[in-house]
Amino acid sequence: MRIESRADFAAAQTAARERNAARRQQVLVCCGTGCLASGSKKVAEAFSAEIAARGLDAEVGTFVKTTGCHGFCERGPLVVLQPLGILYTRVKPGQVPRIVEETLIGGEVVPHMLYKNPVNGERVEQYGDVPFYAHQVRVAMRNIGRIDPTDISDALAEGAYEGLARALFDLTPEQVLEEVAVSGQRGRGGAGFNTARKWRSCRDAEGERRFVLCNGDEGDPGAFKDRSIMEGDPHSVLEGMVIGAYAVGAHEGTIYVRDEYPLAVVNLSIAIDQARQHGLLGVNIMGTGFDFDVSISRGGGAFVCGESSALMRSLEGKTGEPRAKYVHSTAKGLFDAPTVLNNVETWAGIGAILAHGGAWFAAMGTDRSKGTKAFSLVGKVKNTGLVELPMGTTLRHIIYDIGGGVAGDRPFKAVQTGGPSGGCIPEQLLDLPVDFEKLTEAGSMMGSGGMIVMDDRTCMVDVARYFLAFLTEESCGKCVPCREGLTQMLQIFDDLCQGRGRPGDLERIERLARAMQLGSLCELGKSAPNPVLSTLRYFRSEYEAHINDRACPAGICRELTAYEISPDVCDGCHVCFTSCPVDAITGTVKELHTIHHDACISCGACFDVCPTGAIRTFPKVELEKEAV
Amino acid sequence: MATLSVDGRRVEVADDATILDAVRAAGVELPTLCHFDGLEPWGGCRLCVVDMWQQGWDEDWFKMVTACNHPVADGMRVLTHSERVLETRAVVLDLLLARCPHTPLIRRLAAEHGIDETSFVPNEEPTDCILCGLCTRVCDHIGVSAISSVGRGWGREIAPPFDEPPPDCIGCLACAEVCPTDCIPYETSNVTRTIWGRTFEMLRDPVTGEGMITRAQAEHFATSSGVPASYFERSDAVKRRQLAGAFAALQAATVEEGGS
Repeated sequence: MRIESRADFAAAQTAARERNAARRQQVLVCCGTGCLASGSKKVAEAFSAEIAARGLDAEVGTFVKTTGCHGFCERGPLVVLQPLGILYTRVKPGQVPRIVEETLIGGEVVPHMLYKNPVNGERVEQYGDVPFYAHQVRVAMRNIGRIDPTDISDALAEGAYEGLARALFDLTPEQVLEEVAVSGQRGRGGAGFNTARKWRSCRDAEGERRFVLCNGDEGDPGAFKDRSIMEGDPHSVLEGMVIGAYAVGAHEGTIYVRDEYPLAVVNLSIAIDQARQHGLLGVNIMGTGFDFDVSISRGGGAFVCGESSALMRSLEGKTGEPRAKYVHSTAKGLFDAPTVLNNVETWAGIGAILAHGGAWFAAMGTDRSKGTKAFSLVGKVKNTGLVELPMGTTLRHIIYDIGGGVAGDRPFKAVQTGGPSGGCIPEQLLDLPVDFEKLTEAGSMMGSGGMIVMDDRTCMVDVARYFLAFLTEESCGKCVPCREGLTQMLQIFDDLCQGRGRPGDLERIERLARAMQLGSLCELGKSAPNPVLSTLRYFRSEYEAHINDRACPAGICRELTAYEISPDVCDGCHVCFTSCPVDAITGTVKELHTIHHDACISCGACFDVCPTGAIRTFPKVELEKEAV
Repeated sequence: MATLSVDGRRVEVADDATILDAVRAAGVELPTLCHFDGLEPWGGCRLCVVDMWQQGWDEDWFKMVTACNHPVADGMRVLTHSERVLETRAVVLDLLLARCPHTPLIRRLAAEHGIDETSFVPNEEPTDCILCGLCTRVCDHIGVSAISSVGRGWGREIAPPFDEPPPDCIGCLACAEVCPTDCIPYETSNVTRTIWGRTFEMLRDPVTGEGMITRAQAEHFATSSGVPASYFERSDAVKRRQLAGAFAALQAATVEEGGS
């Protein structure tokens, strides 16, 4: 049905809500990329089959809904049963008949399938009581996991396009801009530029055509918030873009999506078609006479195309390379026309801001960073997944209360935020409230909201080397400091990690880093030294040990590390013997085992599996001393 | 007009000028490698970095920008030789010297900045190509786009499609001419010209027999300008001689007319 008026919109919403109300029992099966990978499609099919076989769909109104990412990918496939609110984790198709029998029909929980809180070992029955979810405040991700992203009625029932209706029916473009200005929202793609100011400068720029673009080229290692939003609630992105287009006076828009996100492309395409059919996109939106349409452009796999000017060059069909932004893209962007480019999460928040008001959004967060922010919590943390929290939440709260603490209860060492442009934040700064300013002050950045937790088994020199290797691979190579500088920097780090560090290396690194920060063309090059500089700032002694002692204090860099078994701890369980890929360990069950250094490749496999902690590392250089 | 100060010298330039224009107008030398008048500024080599201050900014807060593509503004102050500018430029040249340890132009520029040998690890496969992109940009500008940069980062290089002789090349030599390090090889004679693995037939001046232009280039120009291809085959000297002949005939006819 095409929505041609405010009354039509209200009617569509009511119809959608009535339809959903008739579904008195809902089985929400997460079909985000993470859960799909662990087999959630089969779980959903098993539910459908079982429910149909027992006639529950007709009798009770039981309905199986495949949703987007619930965020708790670590525990997938996830199943939520409504209205009971029960969460089952790691559900297998074989368990489905029992769930249907005992919970859907019997109304009883199956205790062993409930989530077990790793902190106290207790089972948690309710979805909302799981610590991972209990602390979250979802704005951009408000409907993800609740709706079927391929069904616009489901989105309408949950309030999608309410913000757009208010903007188009009640507000002038100027008033929309003011509402967004009141919210204080800043761009969620990394730089944190004020959204309203960006829109206003585009609106004020001269030009016949204007463009509204969405950056879905999320490429930071470990970040997946934009993917989850595009997959799980594509309508929130579309709604935001239509509102933005109305505010700046644009009629054309494009969503630039990584080609590695096929499900996002599929769900966005479906959403675009459905929104057009419903008169929420395209010509004469909601009968107001406003036209705006959106296309999808698939990226070719270059990290640099997430940079705004490179993204626009790529859309123009040119090589995706950044250009100087001395003239802002809001004045001269895509095809030299005034252009607004915002991140997926930024757009997803706009509909909520218009529906609930800018003041509602601004009431959350810190003084200069308003609202909530999505984070991809990964690495050595018990609960990995996607979380959305008010700005200003401390790192400690995120990692320990939501993330459940460090995996294996090992000591915390650092958390890397902001992807390759960010930095590593040490333990003494765990109480840092996370917002744009505070992260930058700490030598890191918000970036795309990636958070990689690291334990004591992490060498910070090696971490910096990893990000350098990533950036060296992804540098577009247009400007000299980034292209040649990263290559040389990586060379120095390879030397450090392989025991070839020389006195003066740290000064060389710092000199090069400064020239890259000052001299590179785009922000990727300028921020490329951040992982290096932040680890150098907080973990300088580790660097010095690599150079002066040819030792890796964390016992990670293979060329610098040897392994041995403590005789008083080893109980002869034989597990290390089995795990060694090069047969460098000898010993029989219940006897002391021995690592033979001539054969050992320092892979650390034995260390990771040893249940008694009998394996310890020491600098390889000591072996050479012994030999002498 | 905009009035700027470049290293303390007052200079007036057009409103749409770049900082590089102003620097040159002030008579200050600023090294560039990827800049070529007539082509759109690119900002890749980063040698022309300067410190810049604009009205309304804190008194001692300068921003480092590239002069070649930054527009001027009235009251702007430009420092081409501040300490951090010189240091950044030196590191860039040090890096380029590591990439191109034997290239005369780079060696000279580096030496001018006090660098005789690179402090970085020299390239194991020395090249003369500094990836300034001038060749590909001039090729685009001519409307041919026969060559392009391929790959990215350290693996970036300039190449025709699929590393095969480029079908769109017209053999005009603009890429080779514009190359600051002369690293695009070609051979040309009165009969043929070879570049990028393709051999072109030369149009020869009917009088002198001198090879003037490739047939492909003449046809490209004829299509884009409407001037017949045969126009391009004559040398400038022959064109002048023919023009002089035409004028002489015209003059003779006029004299004759006037006499009668």
